[in-house]
Amino acid sequence: MGGLTGVMGAKPVPGASATPSRWRTPAGRLSRGATLLLGLALVLLAMVWGAASGAYAIAPAQLPGIAWDGIRSLWGGDVQTGPEHLVFLNIRLPRLLMGVAAGAGLGLAGALMQGLFRNPLADPGLIGVSSGAALAAGITIVLGGMYLPWLPRHLGSWALVAMAFGGGLAVTAVVYVLGQVQGTTRIGLMLLAGIAINALAGAGLGFLSFVSTDEQLRNLQMWLLGSLGASRWSAVALVWAAVAVSAAAALALARPLNAIALGEAQANLLGVAVEKTKRRAVMVAALAVGAVTATTGIIGFIGLVAPHWVRLIAGPDHRVVLPGSALLGAALVVSADAVARTIVKPAELPLGVLTAFIGVPLFLAMLRQFRSKV
Amino acid sequence: MSTARISRRQGLQWLGASVAGTALPGLAQAASAAAAPGAKRLVSLSGALTEVVYLLNAQNLLVGTDTTSLFPEAAQKTAKVGYVRQLSAEGLLSLKPDAVIATSEAGPPVVLDQIRQAGVRVSLVAARHNWAEVQEKVKVVGRETGRMAEADQLLAQLEAQWSSVQAQVAKAQRKPRVLFVLSHSGSPQVAGKGTAANALIQYAGCVNAIDQFDGYKPLTAEAMASAAPEVIINTTQGIEALGGEAAFWKRPELALTPAFAKKALVTLEASHLLGFGPRLPSAVQALHMRALQWVA
Repeated sequence: MGGLTGVMGAKPVPGASATPSRWRTPAGRLSRGATLLLGLALVLLAMVWGAASGAYAIAPAQLPGIAWDGIRSLWGGDVQTGPEHLVFLNIRLPRLLMGVAAGAGLGLAGALMQGLFRNPLADPGLIGVSSGAALAAGITIVLGGMYLPWLPRHLGSWALVAMAFGGGLAVTAVVYVLGQVQGTTRIGLMLLAGIAINALAGAGLGFLSFVSTDEQLRNLQMWLLGSLGASRWSAVALVWAAVAVSAAAALALARPLNAIALGEAQANLLGVAVEKTKRRAVMVAALAVGAVTATTGIIGFIGLVAPHWVRLIAGPDHRVVLPGSALLGAALVVSADAVARTIVKPAELPLGVLTAFIGVPLFLAMLRQFRSKV
Repeated sequence: MSTARISRRQGLQWLGASVAGTALPGLAQAASAAAAPGAKRLVSLSGALTEVVYLLNAQNLLVGTDTTSLFPEAAQKTAKVGYVRQLSAEGLLSLKPDAVIATSEAGPPVVLDQIRQAGVRVSLVAARHNWAEVQEKVKVVGRETGRMAEADQLLAQLEAQWSSVQAQVAKAQRKPRVLFVLSHSGSPQVAGKGTAANALIQYAGCVNAIDQFDGYKPLTAEAMASAAPEVIINTTQGIEALGGEAAFWKRPELALTPAFAKKALVTLEASHLLGFGPRLPSAVQALHMRALQWVA
């Protein structure tokens, strides 16, 4: 296999290697179609599991009927309602869909960042979007009542979401600008700027927790642990819109990122608009992670691990790593939330704690199994 | 929460309202119409409110409490809905309550909205750290449990206790200079203005040695020396967390305070001391008398 044709997306030559099939590449990895089908199946499985589990007892046999009633009510159907309908359609279902969007956004952004930085350790936090959102959320929680009292008057409970989203984008813009040298983005410089700005945001959060009251401190801590608990339909619609736009834009970056994987000089020679690709990758990741983090708080680990997992089974082609990471991220977050909602019911665990508890052991097991390929 | 039908028109609002608001509007309206006075199933999200429920002998209505409901001991055996600022809508609704009582600390707000939309009455008492807060808590529990007469009786009893404690405090010749230390977790912090502890200190006829800042802050040895408290107040849980009274007095920040010479320490159980519930008169009295003893 010629490296360039493979990277640029030409079909593998049939019979060039040992027993390639629809499901296996010549290198023995899962093909793109097989990986994405597997990912989709995992998301659906996780969603069925998530829909069927919860503190409020709803017989699984009732669920299709309730879901159908919800769909019919969209078109003005006459619908039987009861407590099960309320709990499922107003609480569990929006939360489930928020989990899908949040996991997809984080997985996608992780794959973009690892492709952009050409470094498997990269995660969306590196461009400052998470720490920026956290800092802005901290400012809103701790200082908002005193210095921004007009904010909740105009935005209600959206004040925190809007501030966190704005903070994530603003800090990302600062990191991006700091990484510029004479109109080009130096990836190494941006990485260092991101680390420095993250440290600054961490110091800001430390200061905020020092001046906060007991109540504000607890609220801030809870926000930093992440939760899908505040998923209402309006928030679900906004996050889905942001993640869908990000996903479409990210898939268009798959081939340019494949070329950049060979080095920026080679990518230039291949006719790839390297600067534009880098800028877009940063913008898309910031949009996805900013929207997700602003509504759910910090959900760690997904953006780092989902792309690795996909690469282990399907290889490094971004045309599979990007959508595969989104699917795997969605499946991971939905499953983790199903556990978070039920393991200490009627209370619930913070999601950020569980994504790490569930994901890390699975990831380490995977690393051991595929030691030779990493 | 009763079963009802939503009309075609209400159903049509679904998409528009669900983008702008938080819930399916038809469902929410249908369910809240059936609320009746006097809850059959009650969830309490505050230790003080839970105490009142037991005092009104309404504990058979109690189907769940939060993690701060530790007194009386029977309350610890009820289903626990978790930490009051991080509630789970579905978890709470799984207890099928028809009323929830809480202080303004309960949250997040979206979860409270979802609970209200499911037709559950949510009563919030503002946390103001004063006697009126205690009175309001008794009234709210009386109303929500349908035990207004018993609540009035309890209020009269508490009022009598409170005025006798206040008269006792007013007679004192001397106001001890005290410092409240919060040490449940990590490094000890001291209570400034605007805290529950500060309100309690003033009710007990003492002077807070800290008047320069709001809220809880870690205090250095030098600042502690200049604050010069004569008596230190802590919770029994806080002293346990630091490894007992002997270990507490070994802390270097305390060595330069007047309290250190006599090892003047007053401890009370945390929910008793800071709960602002029906045991407030006894907490104030205990604090007042024990602080005075140390400076006598």
